Amino acid sequence: MTKNLRLKTGKAIDETYRISFKFNGSTYYGFKGDTLASALLANDIHLIGRSFKYHRPRGIMTAGSEEPNAIVQLHNDSSRTEPNVRATEIEIYEGLEASSQNCWPSVNFDIGGINNLLSPLLPAGFYYKTFMWPASFWEKYEYFIRRSAGLGKSPTKPDPDIYEHKYIHCDVLIIGAGISGIMAAKIAAKNGLKTLLVEEKPNLGGSTIYQNSDHFKINNQNSGSWLEKEINEIKKLKNLEIKTRTSVAAFHGYNFLLARENLTDHLPMNQRNDKTRHKLLKIRAKKVITATGSIERPMIFDNNDRPGILLSSAIKKFADYFGVACGEKNILFTNNDSAYETAISLIQKGINIEAIIDNREEVNSKLIYEVEKNNIKIFKGYTVANTFGYKRINKISIMQLSKDGQKVVGPKIILSCDCLGVSGGWTPAVHLFTQSGGKLKFREDDQVFLPNIYPSDQLSIGACNGDFTLDEILRNTPKSLIKYLKIKNTDYDNLEVSSSTNKSKRNIWLLPSDKILGKTKSFVDYQNDATAKDIKLALREGFRSIEHVKRYTTTGMGTDQGKLGNMHALGIVSETAGAKMGELGTTTFRPPYTPLTFGTIVGRNVGEYFDIFRKTPIHDWHIDHKAEFENVGQWKRAWYYPKENENMHDAVQRESKAAREGAGILDASTLGKIDIQGTDASEFLNRIYTNAWSKLAVGKCRYGLMLNEDGMVYDDGVTTRLDENHYIMTTTTGGAANVMGKLEDYLQTEWPELDVYLTSVTDHFATVSVCGPNSKKIVSQVIPDLDLSDENFPHMSFKNAKIGNINCRVMRISFTGEHSYEINIQANYGKSVWEKCMEAGKDYNITPYGTETMHLLRAEKGFIIVGQDTDATMTPIDLQMDWIVSKKKYDFIGKRSLYRSDTIKENRKQLVGLLTDDPNEVLEEGAQIVADINKSPIEMLGHVTSSYYSPNLKKSIALGVVRGGKNMMGQKLIIPMEKKNINVIVADPVFLDKENKRLNA
Amino acid sequence: MFIINCPYCGEREQSEFKAGGEAHIVRPKQPTELSDDEWAEYLFMRKNIKGIQFERWNHTHGCRKWFNMVRDTSNDEIKAVYKMGEKPPVD
Repeated sequence: MTKNLRLKTGKAIDETYRISFKFNGSTYYGFKGDTLASALLANDIHLIGRSFKYHRPRGIMTAGSEEPNAIVQLHNDSSRTEPNVRATEIEIYEGLEASSQNCWPSVNFDIGGINNLLSPLLPAGFYYKTFMWPASFWEKYEYFIRRSAGLGKSPTKPDPDIYEHKYIHCDVLIIGAGISGIMAAKIAAKNGLKTLLVEEKPNLGGSTIYQNSDHFKINNQNSGSWLEKEINEIKKLKNLEIKTRTSVAAFHGYNFLLARENLTDHLPMNQRNDKTRHKLLKIRAKKVITATGSIERPMIFDNNDRPGILLSSAIKKFADYFGVACGEKNILFTNNDSAYETAISLIQKGINIEAIIDNREEVNSKLIYEVEKNNIKIFKGYTVANTFGYKRINKISIMQLSKDGQKVVGPKIILSCDCLGVSGGWTPAVHLFTQSGGKLKFREDDQVFLPNIYPSDQLSIGACNGDFTLDEILRNTPKSLIKYLKIKNTDYDNLEVSSSTNKSKRNIWLLPSDKILGKTKSFVDYQNDATAKDIKLALREGFRSIEHVKRYTTTGMGTDQGKLGNMHALGIVSETAGAKMGELGTTTFRPPYTPLTFGTIVGRNVGEYFDIFRKTPIHDWHIDHKAEFENVGQWKRAWYYPKENENMHDAVQRESKAAREGAGILDASTLGKIDIQGTDASEFLNRIYTNAWSKLAVGKCRYGLMLNEDGMVYDDGVTTRLDENHYIMTTTTGGAANVMGKLEDYLQTEWPELDVYLTSVTDHFATVSVCGPNSKKIVSQVIPDLDLSDENFPHMSFKNAKIGNINCRVMRISFTGEHSYEINIQANYGKSVWEKCMEAGKDYNITPYGTETMHLLRAEKGFIIVGQDTDATMTPIDLQMDWIVSKKKYDFIGKRSLYRSDTIKENRKQLVGLLTDDPNEVLEEGAQIVADINKSPIEMLGHVTSSYYSPNLKKSIALGVVRGGKNMMGQKLIIPMEKKNINVIVADPVFLDKENKRLNA
Repeated sequence: MFIINCPYCGEREQSEFKAGGEAHIVRPKQPTELSDDEWAEYLFMRKNIKGIQFERWNHTHGCRKWFNMVRDTSNDEIKAVYKMGEKPPVD
């Protein structure tokens, strides 16, 4: 029978609204307002999971997002299940199902617990040290290591939830709605600034909102009541937007922040339908005020990780806010006054406190006096030496500390308990500040890192800036805001504050024990099971940089990023290595502050919206005719058009034959088109292409090759002179945007004196390419007014024409080596022109072909494809295209590089044709090419770039790049494959119609 | 993510821009008269300094104009932006 530890009152709890939920298969009850952690504690459940490495039983340690241990698997179904959810953050709802992680068969009996007994064999760096030898065995070890690694399970089915991204621009962003954040929000909004206040928790007011002690008063009211009135007031402010359940994940430069707004995770499942689950807010704020508060420190002693050991502040929150007692026999262990605030809350609620262990010897404050008045035994100058109880703490041993705090002295006292609250002081939450590039300084008094140099227009206030007492917060917050916002005064300039906290503290990073360190388990990083012993081992083994110690011991590398223990790790390194904390620095805090789901990050960019794609105006026709598509850049291009049972090979063979024997039709709309105008257009082309353009007659087309300044082939295409000062350039499909950018760059930065205007018109035109011996007959039917005779309209020329009333440009150019025409027409007529060509070609076996057939046809002719046969290391000379490089032109982009010592070498890789001995053997693209198979190591001469079976030549053909290939004509080379070696002969890359007779056929 | 003050459009998000490497490297007027070393100096050698750097930027998803920027690479502070052809600010 489980106990009921629910108290009569709890600020957040609605006792009229009972909620049932499941944990590890059993049903429990909580109330609206509970987190999973508070509801479990109310049912006296502390054991939540097993630790990562030693599988030690672990419980709830905190009441917030810093929780390292109480992380659970949420939901059971394979699409929504989510690992590593902090039980302290998830609000319970009807139907919630959670289970423990990292344990098998159950959290109560976990086989992996044997690692705890083996722990002497699992020191820091265990995997690095053990699995290094022999090197070749790594793959075998890895299989087993990977299986035991990782916490929780990933979903295996697509995420059914909806996520969104939203941009927000504001004057002031305030992060954190504790008392200082609330004050800042009111001050900013009342001064006319558009203000956004975000808070990771469901409620406003931080830890002050449940502070109802008479020791903390503002204007004669207890601080909680005072703050509640302030919150009610700011909710009415027009300039202020408040977002709760919104956690800032990242604080980037220039005040750009990412936050996750959680919209539905607290709702019953049946109320979530069609609602957005998370929103990723992309916030650009003119000013950022960070009021992220502070995180209480645990203390490092032997067995400080047992279920039932919590932060003292968490015990207070569970009691005051959720109305839950964490235990019936509570002991508090502290080095400062905070634990006495907890004690007073517990006393008020009638919760039993067995004792308080305070490692300070002499302390006096109103708080301590009040606790003593209640007959609670305080052990001053003592430390906890050890704790007991496997799945729940049941007793502790305490011993007196030596004067210097380095040893324990005197007899051991055993105290029994079922809950131990620890308070090691406070760590300002400077994570976001440092993410933004801020530099920290170290304050010796209470051993904290504080914001020092701000990298952008921002300010840290309250506890995250080192103001820990109510008094300091209320005095300093208005003062610093007056300065920061350049205002005259605030509503808070004359508050009456009484605050009882004494700031004395006895900081000992690693508490001594009567055992030698090697025999203790003093955890520094709870989630990753890194102990004080591991850190000292790292130092002994020579690690000095804190970043290296972190990686070697994995301290701070869990999903909680070591929010609790990082400072202790630094402290232990500093003490052991004799380095000052301030000089040691901290490890780097990286986004996200708390984990984000992938859904939040991708937002709506899933499925077909993952990446944009472009469709040609003829796309629907291709779909209707069962085309398979291939992605080229962002375009969807028709790849091939299979008929009935055809596979890709069959379809491509049929299409290729038809294009040479009857007629083929290709959608070439994706080719980049750049309109070039201006009195210097010819001069411009002269400078950017390798060949000469000044003498190209109006109405003529020319193929051009474009180089980078380093002499390597960049792009190619046909450019047509439409008029004296007017050209239309075509580029490769994938290269269009880059070519446009490059041309603009030269025009704007190198040659601003040229009178040239560029316009990208790729999307404005549809391009229908008709090729083959019947192409002339087909085009003459589609455009009957156009004289297609060779005299009037020879190869490489252009005509303006009309189809009906619609203007079009017809080029007689060819990428297949066949007689062919390209009709360019306003994009929205593309499909109708395509259909007209199909109709006109019916009697001539007109066959639509896709990119695969286009590649095959051009390979038969030895035409290159930039990006397939070239890879930014090929010059035109390497491609055996010397004919296109002008000898006369004084300069063009890349010219000087063509005779650098490296580019003129004879044995560069050069493009050649390859013919297999066996005409049916088709080479694999990418296959290596060698000359001598017996030499060791085998010298690699090059690789196959394009390879096809040509139905027109009835044999296999290939292009490849081979070192010194130009002078190897007729030579035998070998393509070594996994199962056999294939013999090839180096050949002319032009395999078909070397005399170009077909162009005019 | 920076906010960049395009000299033609005003302040815009960095995602609208593309960085274009070191600024003020002028293409030689007579490349053919340069030695391999001189040409390599123009072609390949670029500074990568911690501190004040002069850079080219292009407002690719905006006005598509190229301009120059002075940026402190150690803290990403943009000290100045100015049009192509203008002299860099002295301080």
